[in-house]
Amino acid sequence: MDMFKIAKADLSKLLAAIAAEQDLFVPAKVAGQTNFTLWNEETAVDLDTLKTVKSPKDVFFPQSENLYTVKKEDKKYKITPEELCSRDFVVFGMKACDIQGVKVLDRVFLADPVDTFYAARRAHGTIVALACGEPEESCFCSVFGVDPANPDADVALWVVGDDVCWKALTEKGEALTAKVEALLSAGDEAAVEAKKAEINAIVEKLPYADLDLEGWHGDATKEKFDSPVWDDLYKPCLACGTCTFVCPTCQCYDIKDYDTGHGIQRYRCWDSCMYSDFTMMAHGNNRTSQLQRFRQRFMHKLVYFPANNDGMYSCVGCGRCVDKCPASLNIVKVIKAFKKEEAAK
Amino acid sequence: MQELINRAKELLADGTVARVLGWREGDMSYNPEVAYFNSAEELDKFVYNGFCAANLSKYMIEASKLEGKTLVFLKPCDTYSFNQLLKEHRVDREKAYIIGVGCCGKLNVEAIKAMGIKGIQSIEIDDACETLTVKTIYGDKTVAYKDAMLERCHVCKGKEHMVYDELMGESRDTVDAERFAEVERIEAMSPAEKFAFFQAELSKCIRCNACRNVCPACSCRKCVFDSNKFDSAQKANVDSFEEKMFHIIRAFHVAGRCTDCGECSRVCPQGIPLHLFNRKFIKDINKFYGEFKAGEDAETKGPLTNFTFDDVEPCDAVERG
Repeated sequence: MDMFKIAKADLSKLLAAIAAEQDLFVPAKVAGQTNFTLWNEETAVDLDTLKTVKSPKDVFFPQSENLYTVKKEDKKYKITPEELCSRDFVVFGMKACDIQGVKVLDRVFLADPVDTFYAARRAHGTIVALACGEPEESCFCSVFGVDPANPDADVALWVVGDDVCWKALTEKGEALTAKVEALLSAGDEAAVEAKKAEINAIVEKLPYADLDLEGWHGDATKEKFDSPVWDDLYKPCLACGTCTFVCPTCQCYDIKDYDTGHGIQRYRCWDSCMYSDFTMMAHGNNRTSQLQRFRQRFMHKLVYFPANNDGMYSCVGCGRCVDKCPASLNIVKVIKAFKKEEAAK
Repeated sequence: MQELINRAKELLADGTVARVLGWREGDMSYNPEVAYFNSAEELDKFVYNGFCAANLSKYMIEASKLEGKTLVFLKPCDTYSFNQLLKEHRVDREKAYIIGVGCCGKLNVEAIKAMGIKGIQSIEIDDACETLTVKTIYGDKTVAYKDAMLERCHVCKGKEHMVYDELMGESRDTVDAERFAEVERIEAMSPAEKFAFFQAELSKCIRCNACRNVCPACSCRKCVFDSNKFDSAQKANVDSFEEKMFHIIRAFHVAGRCTDCGECSRVCPQGIPLHLFNRKFIKDINKFYGEFKAGEDAETKGPLTNFTFDDVEPCDAVERG
């Protein structure tokens, strides 16, 4: 497929053209922080910040969404299911790690029984990804086989000098390209290849580039679960939900009722395995200590998920937990602590 | 730092304390973590520098339940939190051996990154705490220490420890801003401007509860927001009203008990200046009840929990705007 380009200065025209026919989500700075948001003419688009605070997963799997509404009318209850997403949209500027995150979510939500809310959004969404110009020290996507220079999306973009190069990679991407082709001109394949080499050279220099996943696989439950390492590791954990809520792959949710006064709104919202009522059941809670809750998160990412998904880890190395954990704990420290323990044996 | 390690080893060796609560070096210059040290050997990883911002007072709630004393290192502002927890019978003074450590202001790596510095490989702090040398994969940078400090350090309450068993290390005055200036700026706004300001800030909230969980004043055994009988989720804002409700309820609940330690704003992943709510209450309490510093001692009754006939009438409070 052909390489196109557009001048950086003309990006706003491109975004307006995309938004003319569908919804458009872009990274934008609001009150000092960059997150994905629905675009309009006034949006302060921010493509320079490498990582949004929250991953863009909530474009496909919102933090909270209604499932149905129950309304009492006379002596009857009227149940109205929430409509599925039926409008096309584009997510612009996703990074390779976050796209790998969507692939993890696909494994969960598109497997039988299919999550119809998620599936509808995936069907209507087109992902335009941006290669990472300047990876940061907390990035370790390459450890999980992600190539930040080659995002696996519908359309991939590379910033080369004053231009943004554009290449469609799928049918959806071709369709979007056709809609905005008037704004694009022929791009230089060789310049993009040079850019990719530049990005890969930086990736090799990142401090976590040599993080070793040896020993983390679907059959590791027995040796990892009862390790004394957890007992030391979990102690600074505040039991907040920051790591789970900024994570592109955390997919646990809770279903709750909101009392509207004349009925209920049944909604689902992200849950966090760090929270005390996580997986609360009639008999109580099967994880009663913070050690157990802390362990669950990492065992899920590095052991249980691969066990059930052909070896696929549910960490993509985006490093948001590294950046955001208020107690400076993160999956890298967990992996390193086990490595150290095993070396000492 | 070596003196702190040596002293901790002594206190462990002579049996004064059973363990040490401090900071352990991270895998990057800027991410040390809170840790317990149970042996002299483990203490070799102990670190105390500008990035040891975490307030250890709240960890003493759990440490108070353990056998024997815990040696805890408290910075001047942390001691206010410890006193407040003592007053509320949440920590046991007998279970704590407090070394008050000096403080030259604590650093905020987000402030360094906000200067456009990316790909940090290491950050070196000079002995005088004047300059940071930041090595990055995109080249080396120099940053003035004070430009990388947390907001709370620019308006520091003072470098005097309110409770301790012994003191170690030097402090340095870091005040270069007016503590209530930002509160006054917001007070001067019209109601519509105020609403817009808080709307923009609080709609970033992801309900991670980090502010609550780190807060030494939020020490309830079970928070009302964690109750599944309460008709509001602890983990999602159902509507824009709930975005604000959580933070406003929390601010009211800690009013008169908040020591302005600034941990809420330090840990917020979305950079919401949560301390402004608490500081507004502190300003009002000072105005209506006279100067009051929560945590200055462990005995004085707080103005909001101590009725006197001289108390301000509710109508006066309404007029405050």
